[in-house]
Amino acid sequence: MSHPSTYEPKTGIERWLDSRLPIVRFGADLMSYPTPRNLNYWYTFGGILSFCLAVQIITGIVLAMHYDASGAGAFMSVERGIMRDVNYGWLIRGVHANGASMFFVAVYLHIMRGIYYGSYKAPREVLWLLGCVIYVLMMATAFMGYVLPWGQMSFWGAKVITNLIGALPLVGKPITTLLWGGFSVDDPTLNRFFSLHYLLPFVIAAVVALHIWALHVPGNNNPTGVNVKSDNDTVAFHPFYTVKDGFAIGLFMIMFAVFVFYLPDALGKADNAIPANPLVTPAHIVPEWYLLPFYAILRAIPDKLLGVLALAGSIGMLFALPWLDTSKVKSMRYRPTARLYFFIWIAATCVLGWCGSQEPDGKLFGIESFNFIDYPIMSVTWASRIAALYYFSFFGIMLFLGLSETPLPVPDSLYTPVLKTPVAAPAE
Amino acid sequence: MAQSLNPSASDPALAVDPNRRDFIHIAAAAAAAGGAVAVAWPLIDQLNPAADTLALSSLEFDLSKVPLGAETTLLWRKQPVFVRHRTPQEITAARAADHGALKDPESDAARVKAGHEQWLILLGSCTHLGCLPTFGGGEYKGWLCPCHGSVYDTSGRIRKGPAPKNLGVPDYAFLSDTKIKIG
Repeated sequence: MSHPSTYEPKTGIERWLDSRLPIVRFGADLMSYPTPRNLNYWYTFGGILSFCLAVQIITGIVLAMHYDASGAGAFMSVERGIMRDVNYGWLIRGVHANGASMFFVAVYLHIMRGIYYGSYKAPREVLWLLGCVIYVLMMATAFMGYVLPWGQMSFWGAKVITNLIGALPLVGKPITTLLWGGFSVDDPTLNRFFSLHYLLPFVIAAVVALHIWALHVPGNNNPTGVNVKSDNDTVAFHPFYTVKDGFAIGLFMIMFAVFVFYLPDALGKADNAIPANPLVTPAHIVPEWYLLPFYAILRAIPDKLLGVLALAGSIGMLFALPWLDTSKVKSMRYRPTARLYFFIWIAATCVLGWCGSQEPDGKLFGIESFNFIDYPIMSVTWASRIAALYYFSFFGIMLFLGLSETPLPVPDSLYTPVLKTPVAAPAE
Repeated sequence: MAQSLNPSASDPALAVDPNRRDFIHIAAAAAAAGGAVAVAWPLIDQLNPAADTLALSSLEFDLSKVPLGAETTLLWRKQPVFVRHRTPQEITAARAADHGALKDPESDAARVKAGHEQWLILLGSCTHLGCLPTFGGGEYKGWLCPCHGSVYDTSGRIRKGPAPKNLGVPDYAFLSDTKIKIG
């Protein structure tokens, strides 16, 4: 890693190993990683996400031992085998299925934290990009995992999402056929999705390792966005942040357990308790909650290809953010105008999420209204168009705001905001 | 310079010819790249439909099972196919719209077999994202897709909503007046 190693092998066997495979040194340096001392609880989601990935991999490996990846057997192996016959299968699947949602809760807060405190800015652009890659991999993994129980939502969700790719000119159709392995979503699709669903978490784990590496080279950002200036500004990761992260993981597990034990199906859809049927489309197809904002953007646009491009662009914008935000000030603590636009952006994304869960011509607040172009002006479709417009505008606003806004005075060190009196030397 | 340090420089047979060395590098790299492509192709092509999937390619159906004004859905190549026995009103409505503002212009006559106008055979897969449209919904009395609200008329042509194309017509032929072969 990037900070000087402080590891001293103490025993003969440690010295012997250190000159052959310095794995103990690697672990010790990872734990002594100097971390800014002012990190708040928003910074615990990295640890929480590592916990989530471990939970998904462990429960997933176990579930794969009882799962039958065939069109005829998948539904029964999940709903009867795992949920009823396998010892504690209901628990392990409950943790895995709700764990996906918990994973996205944590990743969304982690991303919001990153945007609020400007953690994507130089010199942490690669760290941010790797995070975006992990997020895209997570969405692909979650989508393929959702297909595996082979219920109605699994099947039709798979059909809609794979058809998205078919909208691309020239390459779209052949790629869709490669995903399907047939003329439609069918057994071969289920088998390859199972294979990839097993593979991708390990790819995520590898990118997480790169993400942590890219974190340890420049070091953590912090809520002030001010660079660490001396050793006084940092504490060792262990025990200070292992304990803080551990406490946060404990709180997170309480919320997790509430879902697993008291609301195990709250985030699922009743239609998925019906076996997949290629001849009946459920009346209302919706993706899982964590994909709803993007689904709303897709539906807001009446053209198929443009809708797919907007969907891809809405995630692509996150990749471009380090170069779109022109402000020299990192933390939005000192950018009141940017902060306002950021909170509106969060609100717009939530509105999009709500729109994605509704019928496209659903009425807003039950109000009957006149048709504007193609849908009533007070309809879900127009609400999602306005929210999507703001979603994209936010990135343009970040481009111009950095050049025009007047930020608040930024403290000279990360101590200043904590100490009430102006900093003399810290008194003994 | 290098030549003067090379003891074999005086013997042309032993001298290293830089062009020959480059040739070996390029040839080796080209062989490796060609090999990589040759290995990659089976790994990609295995994703394409397998022979047993392709074998399920044609289906015969007895139309007399579908009364006037009714519709049935078949499964052909694991895709739904609508077989609709159209009423004269539906045919008239479809033909009247032939010259209207269509998103994907196509006459009704081109979508059915001559002499069998009452039989409309369609791929039951919305051209937007593949959901199954239901008959009788939407303002054109044809199909309505429940997913994103695409509206099709009584010829299965797209009239409103995000779908870009008309519902597809599979390859089929009349074996007799009451029997068709799809695929």
